[in-house]
Amino acid sequence: MRYNERELLSLARQPAEKAAEIRMSVPKKGNVLKKRLVKLVVNFLFYFRTDEAEPIGALLLEHCKITKEEENIFSISFIQEPERKYCFECATEEQCQEWVEALRRASYEFLRRSLIFYRNEIQKMTGKLELGPGSLRAS
Amino acid sequence: MKLNERSVAHYATCDSPADHAGFLRKRVERHHHHVHHHGTSYQRCWFVLKGNLLFYFEERESREPVGLVVLEGCTVELCEAAEEFAFAIRFDDAGARAYVLVADGQAAMEAWVKALSRASFDYMRLVVRELEKQLEEACKSLAACHKSPRRSSSSSGRKRHFSIPALQPLQEKPTTLENGYSTWSSGGFVAGGATCSDHDGGQTKPPPLPPRRRLAASSATGSPAPGLSPAVLESPVSPETICFSKLHNWYGQEIAVLRCEWQERQKRGHL
Repeated sequence: MRYNERELLSLARQPAEKAAEIRMSVPKKGNVLKKRLVKLVVNFLFYFRTDEAEPIGALLLEHCKITKEEENIFSISFIQEPERKYCFECATEEQCQEWVEALRRASYEFLRRSLIFYRNEIQKMTGKLELGPGSLRAS
Repeated sequence: MKLNERSVAHYATCDSPADHAGFLRKRVERHHHHVHHHGTSYQRCWFVLKGNLLFYFEERESREPVGLVVLEGCTVELCEAAEEFAFAIRFDDAGARAYVLVADGQAAMEAWVKALSRASFDYMRLVVRELEKQLEEACKSLAACHKSPRRSSSSSGRKRHFSIPALQPLQEKPTTLENGYSTWSSGGFVAGGATCSDHDGGQTKPPPLPPRRRLAASSATGSPAPGLSPAVLESPVSPETICFSKLHNWYGQEIAVLRCEWQERQKRGHL
């Protein structure tokens, strides 16, 4: 599948929602954890060797599952191949939780559901009330 | 640079909603090192827009996309091509190639340009934050207006009237909001169920507000909502827990309770 790698690389240089040095393993090669610079930009997670400017890889965060594993560790896996996990070992439990939360919100699909939810809520509230021309009647 | 291509391709073809789809002709740049003039040819592909990703397939039924254009940060403009109904996706990067696409007609072109112009994660995020704010404002307004949380039993048809700050219609370009993700506070709903009474006559009134909006746990039948105390009824939805299946289950509880009450009322009505 062709894709505009140049633009993706450019995106990797944009200000990140979240970035940190985290030990990470990819689903093959014996799951060895290696220190990487991990950077969340829109719905992509980029990972770099700590001294390099260009990312080694990018993960599109749609239809993925973020799982809190054992202490300080979370994993990312994708719906159609749940056994292949990208693992991340954070420095602290707190950091781990923060990343889990941030990653769960980092998909376009999540934003879409939020949009529908808020629209419904607003409609429910305003739909229930008679919006008089600025009048507030005493009970 | 590696990309989780298999997952991306799967996302392209799965049944998650597409924001737009249709046939477009895509300009193919011929390599110009062996001919003097730059010939341009067009390839007709099936395009699918999902969020900030534009996929294209050889055929509508193809099981795998031929390619992907990541749209984040792009601009879309009509272009002066020899072709009618042509538009281009461009990026800031000076050396980047533009994607020139040709629609079947004026309406199709306009629809695509509109859809692609909004197809960024950043834009969507701003829209959602704006709505979040509006909802907060609406809640605060309600909370300020309500003196008593309980339903006034004497109002068999009278409604409260509120003035609510006019909710802005969704703007094309929302104003910049502050950084940081504001958690939607579940304590926002303090409004009681006072806007309509259950004991309506023959008039059609909107159904009573769902249990979680009443401060008192007891419903019209006098029996408390099964297992749902007011504290528990506060919405669990917050950015950390939002998950459609959870939300679905949670709303399902409300519906089950409402159904119970409705059935009770029906029974009483038939006595």
